[in-house]
Amino acid sequence: MPKFLIMVNHERGVIDKPMDEWEPDEVKAHMDYYGVLSRELIENGELVQSMSLADPRLARIVRSDGASAPVVTDGPFPESKEVLAGFEVIDVESEARAIEIAARVSAVPGPGGVPTQQPVEVRQVMSESGSDV
Amino acid sequence: MTDPGRHDAEGLLRSLAPQVLGVLVRRFGDFGACEDSLQEALLAASVHWGADGIPDNPRGWLLQTATRRYTDLVRSEQARRRREEQAAREPPPGAVPANDDTLVLLFLCCHPALTPASQVALTLRAVGGLSTAEIARAYLVPEATMAQRISRAKQRLQASGASFAMPARDSSEWPSRLRSVLHVLYLVFNEGYTATAGPRLHRVELSAEAIRLTRELHRTLPGEGEVSALLALMLLTDARRPARTGSDGELVPLAEQDRTRWDRRLIAEGTGLLDRTMGDGRPGEYRLQAAIAALHDRALRAEDTEWSQILALYDLLERLTGNPVVTLNKAVALAMTEGPAASLDLLATLDGEGRLADHHRLRAVRAHLLDMAGDAEAALAGYREAAALTTSLPERRYLLARAARCRAKTRP
Repeated sequence: MPKFLIMVNHERGVIDKPMDEWEPDEVKAHMDYYGVLSRELIENGELVQSMSLADPRLARIVRSDGASAPVVTDGPFPESKEVLAGFEVIDVESEARAIEIAARVSAVPGPGGVPTQQPVEVRQVMSESGSDV
Repeated sequence: MTDPGRHDAEGLLRSLAPQVLGVLVRRFGDFGACEDSLQEALLAASVHWGADGIPDNPRGWLLQTATRRYTDLVRSEQARRRREEQAAREPPPGAVPANDDTLVLLFLCCHPALTPASQVALTLRAVGGLSTAEIARAYLVPEATMAQRISRAKQRLQASGASFAMPARDSSEWPSRLRSVLHVLYLVFNEGYTATAGPRLHRVELSAEAIRLTRELHRTLPGEGEVSALLALMLLTDARRPARTGSDGELVPLAEQDRTRWDRRLIAEGTGLLDRTMGDGRPGEYRLQAAIAALHDRALRAEDTEWSQILALYDLLERLTGNPVVTLNKAVALAMTEGPAASLDLLATLDGEGRLADHHRLRAVRAHLLDMAGDAEAALAGYREAAALTTSLPERRYLLARAARCRAKTRP
């Protein structure tokens, strides 16, 4: 089965309000929605790995020439909305199933229960297998 | 695997596992609970037999231990409820001779209520006797993911009302049920065969496992032509494995393989099996594929390949399956008999083919034909495009190497 990386960045979709201004029950509904989806993927045996990343302000950029001490600079990034917020690796029957899962992620409810429609990126993971050539 | 005693015990356990599971399911009916009990018994055996040696009656030992585990399991309230519901729903097992249990299990694990991936996982565990951890490593997923997939498959089987009985061989569902079984075995073989070395060093040998299970199936159903043909196809393909990758794990195309490294013993066995299916009537998919593999294997040098026969077989296979990937292979055979121009014309008919999911293959084959036709520049562009679109790392590496070769040709 193919593996896919499902990525969510900091773009908020159709919702302008940052999450720290949402009502507590709106935040809870948002999290519960993700919880239901996660459990479904786990129970189906489709979830390989799921991670949320710490705030980009905690990010460090490292550069090294392999000889001298590495140069370490702090975030934030100029285009911070495009920075990865979290990802899931899934192992599914088809690309269609991966897109279905990504659509569920994108429809996560925001304030007032409105689906955020945040953009979700789907990337296929390269396989180690090679057919005869 | 350096300790021969350990190796024997493992092999013995793997072959006994489906037999004992068959007896348990026949006796108690609840496939899920029986399978869990057997896994525990196998674990106990791997510990005890390693320390104390293999018991005199290993099958009896396993059966007794698994039965004890099963009894423990059903003592719990939840399991008892499950068993009672099951007993109320399940018809009594059919009158199948006990020695066919492995076969019945195989058909059950490849039940159409399951997705192919679940069929594969359940077959490897229940019939192949592999542990969940081994299957998970083989498919490069965490053990918990594979455990969940297996448990979900067992639940789905239960819910579908699938009973521990074989479809009758003269029934209308027999051909499709057998096809599912063969497809699962083929998928397992292919997963193992196409794996390249390196990161998969510690995987169980899936192609060897598929061959073992297909041999068993062939032994039980010697008259089924497609079973013999699938076994032949596996042997004839596996025979080339020592030559299909180079020293760095890179893919070596058929035309450039060192044919002295092909396994002649496997080729002889595969060819013999295939010969015995001749006269079985209209050839199926596996018989045609095996015949093509046999023709390649018979050629001691690439230039001795009987391409016109291969072309005729691809023609039949194309008509039988309507699969555009077969058409791509046919195009290669056509190029060898009539030259690249005729073949490029055939490929042009595939351009609008919506079903050809592996678009990179079309581009790779076209690049190969353009290269044959002497158009290194167009071939270079084609190989680069194909390399960008493939989702296989070894294939990308191969295509980039081909592209580099074409680039060298364009700079005199």
